[in-house]
Parts: sequence; structure tokens; C-alpha cells
Amino acid sequence: MEDKAISHFFKQDGAHTLAFYLNQNGYEQAKKALKELTPEDLLNQVKAANLRGRGGAGFPAGVKWGFVPQGGDKPKYLCVNADEGEPGTFKDRYIMTYAPHRLLEGIIISCFCVGINTAYIYIRGEYENVAQRLETAIDEARAQGFLGKNILDSGFDLEVYVHRGAGAYICGEETALLESLEGKRGNPRLKPPFPASIGLFQCPTVINNVETIANIPLILHHGPEWFCNQGLPKDGGTRLFGVSGPVKKPGVYELPVGASLKDLIFTHAGGMQDGKTLKAVIPGGMSAPILKPDEIDITLDGDSLMEAKSMLGSGAVIVIDEDASMLEVLRIVAEFYSHESCGQCTPCRVGNPWIRKTVKRMAEGKGRRGDIENIRRVANNILGKTLCPLGDAAALPILALTEKFKEELETSLSD
Amino acid sequence: MSPEFSEQTKKAIAEIVARYPKKEAALLPVLHAAQREFGYISRATEKSVAGLLEISPAKVHEVVTFYTMYNRQPVGRYHVQICSNLSCSLLGAGSLIDHLSEKLGIQPGETTPDQKFTFSLVQCLGACEQAPCMMVNFEYFGNLDTPKIDEILDNLE
Ligand SMILES: Cc1cc2nc3c(=O)[nH]c(=O)nc-3n(C[C@H](O)[C@H](O)[C@H](O)COP(=O)(O)O)c2cc1C
Repeated sequence: MEDKAISHFFKQDGAHTLAFYLNQNGYEQAKKALKELTPEDLLNQVKAANLRGRGGAGFPAGVKWGFVPQGGDKPKYLCVNADEGEPGTFKDRYIMTYAPHRLLEGIIISCFCVGINTAYIYIRGEYENVAQRLETAIDEARAQGFLGKNILDSGFDLEVYVHRGAGAYICGEETALLESLEGKRGNPRLKPPFPASIGLFQCPTVINNVETIANIPLILHHGPEWFCNQGLPKDGGTRLFGVSGPVKKPGVYELPVGASLKDLIFTHAGGMQDGKTLKAVIPGGMSAPILKPDEIDITLDGDSLMEAKSMLGSGAVIVIDEDASMLEVLRIVAEFYSHESCGQCTPCRVGNPWIRKTVKRMAEGKGRRGDIENIRRVANNILGKTLCPLGDAAALPILALTEKFKEELETSLSD
Repeated sequence: MSPEFSEQTKKAIAEIVARYPKKEAALLPVLHAAQREFGYISRATEKSVAGLLEISPAKVHEVVTFYTMYNRQPVGRYHVQICSNLSCSLLGAGSLIDHLSEKLGIQPGETTPDQKFTFSLVQCLGACEQAPCMMVNFEYFGNLDTPKIDEILDNLE
């Protein structure tokens, strides 16, 4: 039980209830934080734990919190990113479904540390049932005095609200999320200013992924050194890896940061389904450039995947088998980004639909010589030329697919 | 004519608005509440919501058209939304989409003449471990195959 940070809650009956959580020494860390520790102590611990963001970019949480200006007369906000829109990702749903109180305890500690009295959990609209579970957990926690005014007699006030999105992948991008929370279209903002200084309602704001926040109580419980030892010295803890595609046991697996990708697929997820052979792996959600089978002997941490010119992203591993057509994979990728571009930046708004149309034509058997080069040229014209990282998130996987599977893609072209 | 919200929805909306320092921030949740009540967001509903939150109807329209979950036309009693993204496609979503089209006699984006079903293709639903998956209203169904889809749909009133 102890070596699992959070997955021991998964699929247990009643794990989402306050009674269950209290039985697991739940809210003890929040009590400790509010009654015995100062915000500075807490910040130092989170920094020392080298907890990197679990939402995609892998930024150290403690460093981000440290950017929030102290004092000031403006309110500060926490936005918990539960948008979970990156294709292949489903881990946060497990946390919120089975351990909503762990998330709430993390929110209490985080808010106390940064001096925040209002937190919003921005959850994707499709997760309506999960949102209801969170609401119930919030009600339970409030009734027990863990939320609301003067929590546990500490003088600290905190309100937590669930805010449902309405179907837009871009709203997982942190500044689009802020716009969306303010009741607008999800158009990302130009940075700087960073949300830590000017965020929600023009106030200092911390944005963290669900899994990032759910790790906070653990750091307090066991200490930063223990946390680093669970993972890597510069990238502490465990991560929830989602495995999908034609493997024997698709699912969410909690493994140390730095675990082997090959083991994840072939040991934990049971390997390929009978009769299927491995063709490629997308290691960190659809935005992560694809790896060939000879590239998957790699450790699952931000640095080593970056070295392999891919990324760990949201830890969502999509396994692709030999029966899959790479043209079809490319079509789905192009379709997705074309659909999800918010339309603000011309390269992304125009480039992605252009790529989609070209790939669609190729899929209809009307591909022409030069199509692949043109797709790459357009992708390169999106790369680095947009306000938010969605442009890169579209261009990089398309560039990797058209490079690594060029030969196969070319077979669909006529002379 | 502007649609009238029920007393219950009005109360829910007041509670939602109180969660934010600015009324306008309640727009997404208020639209969800409106859709729950009326089934879709008409131009008239956009106007009432705008009045309620003291913003321009154009602002509301901008938002309604940006997010895919707001229906701008009435939908059937059951909205079947099947994932057409990668993990589901790798496990056969394509043929299930064809099957649904044939079974319901409509193309994606359409509603059956008896208003029972609307059928849509959606991007990743965040349930890839149960691929292929779909959502019927807000209920998720995973590990789908043709017989399972038949069973689910045939059991709906
Ligand atoms: C297009 C796009 C979509 C994103 N979607 C999500 C998401 O669904 N969930 C998430 O936590 N982060 C998402 N991110 C990353 C966020 O912008 C941000 O880095 C993250 O929420 C910060 O939290 P963390 O540091 O705890 O990871 C997305 C980024 C981009 C560019």
C-alpha cells in the first residue's frame, strides 16, 4: 500500500467517501499544514520534492508557486486543471472518481501555502458524473470543517468550486482555461504576463494539474527526500501512466518517474494482444512525437523523452500495432488539431485544416507526389509561430509521423 | 418569445453566479443549466442568458458557438456520442461508427425522425482504457462491440 501514492484508492468500493479517506489518515496533512507549518515551510518542502507538473509541460510546482507575489490586496486564485483533453489521457478521471478527497486535501494545503482563499476545479464538460462526485466530496469536506470559513480553527478560509467546461481541447491550455473560466471563448493569452502575476480576473493565479495537486499531501506526509527517492532526484514521485490501444491490459498504472516504457507496455499492460505486433508508440498523449519500436527502450521521465525528441506530456501511452495504417493515424491526428485550433493564430487556424484536407485526399487514394513534403512544409510553418503551444502540439507529431513513416505514407501516393 | 426558466433553474443559476466575483464568469455553467432545461440553446435562450448575466447577446453567441457541447438545434432524447479519436479507432471505432449509422438510419450530426436519437462523432472522451467508447447523454459505455451497442440502444425507452 505504502509504495503506491494514490492508485491504491482505484476501483475500491467507497474509496471516494470521506469516511474511507479519514480511515486512511485523510486530512491529517492538511491539519498539520494549517496548525503546525508556515507557508514558507510548505513552499520549501514542495520545492525540495522536485514535484514536476503532471499536466503536460512538467514545470516544477514549487518554483511556479514561488512566482506568485506575496501579500498585495488582490485576491489570489488556484485553478485545478481537470480538463483532461489530451487524447489518450484518462488518469485524472481516476483520481477524481476514486480519491476526490485526496485532491481536496492537496488543494487545501496548496492554497494555504500560496495564500489563496478561492479555488476552482476546471473539469471537462463530458465528465459530468465525475463533477458531481467532486461536488459531493466538497459538501462532505465542508460539513466536516475542512472547507469554508476558519478551517479547523486555523483562521484560514477556503472555498472550492467545480466549474465545468463545454467541449474544447484548447481550454486545457492554462491561459485558455482562465478565459473560459471568465465566461469567454477559450482563446489563449499572450505570455508574459504569466498567470502567477496576472491570471484569473486579473489576479495572481496558480494553475496546476489534478495529479500534481493530489501529490502534495504525500510530500508532507513522507517528506521531500522520500518523494525524490520514489522517482528521480530532479523529478520526484510516481506518475499515473495511462496505456491504451491493442494491449492485453489497457489501464492506468502508477510507476516511479523514470520507469521503463518497455516494461510499462510489456509487463504492466500485459504486452500486445494476441496476434498483434508493435508498430509504434505515442508516449505522452497525442501531442507527443511518435516512437518506433527500436526507440522504446527508454525511461519515462521528462528529460529522457526530450532527448528522444518526444515528450512525457500527460503520461498517456498510446500503443499502435502493425495492422494500423499510418495514413489513418496521421488523418486522425490532423483531424483532431484542425478541429481544436481556437482560430486566433493564422498559422494554426489555416495550416491545420490544410494538412487535414491533404491527408484526407491521400486517404481517398488521390495523393500526389509532393504531398508529404508539403505537409511537412506547412507543419514547419506552424511550429513556433503561434501564441500558445497548440501549434507545436500539432506540428511536432505530424513532423515525426511523416519522417518516421515516410515510406509507408508514400505508398498511398500516385505518380 | 424568450424561454422562461423554471423556479428551480433560477435558484440554481443564482447559486452559480454567487461563486464568481464577476457575473459573466458564470456563463458556461449557466448555459449548461439552460441546456438541461430546454435541451438546446436557441437564439432566444442566448438572449435571456445575456440579460441574466448583464452581457451582450453577441457575447453569449460567441461562446455558444465556440464550445462543442452546446447544442444549437434540438437533439434527440438520447444523444449518442462516439469517440473517433486514436485509441478508439485502433480498436475498431470505425466499424462501430458505420454500424451506428446503419442501425439508426442517420449520418453523424443527424437526429432520427422520431426525435429519439441524435448521433455524433466526438474527439477523445478521456476513457481510452475502455476503448472503443461512447457516451449516451452523460453515461459512458466502454469496451464496445456491435452486439454491445445493440444491447445498449435496444434497452433505451
Ligand atoms: C493545447 C494544450 C492542452 C492542454 N491540456 C491540458 C489538460 O487537459 N490538463 C492539464 O493539466 N494540462 C493541460 N495542458 C498544460 C497546461 O497548459 C499547464 O501546463 C498545466 O495545467 C500546468 O499544470 P502542471 O504544472 O501541474 O502540469 C495543456 C496545454 C496545451 C498547450
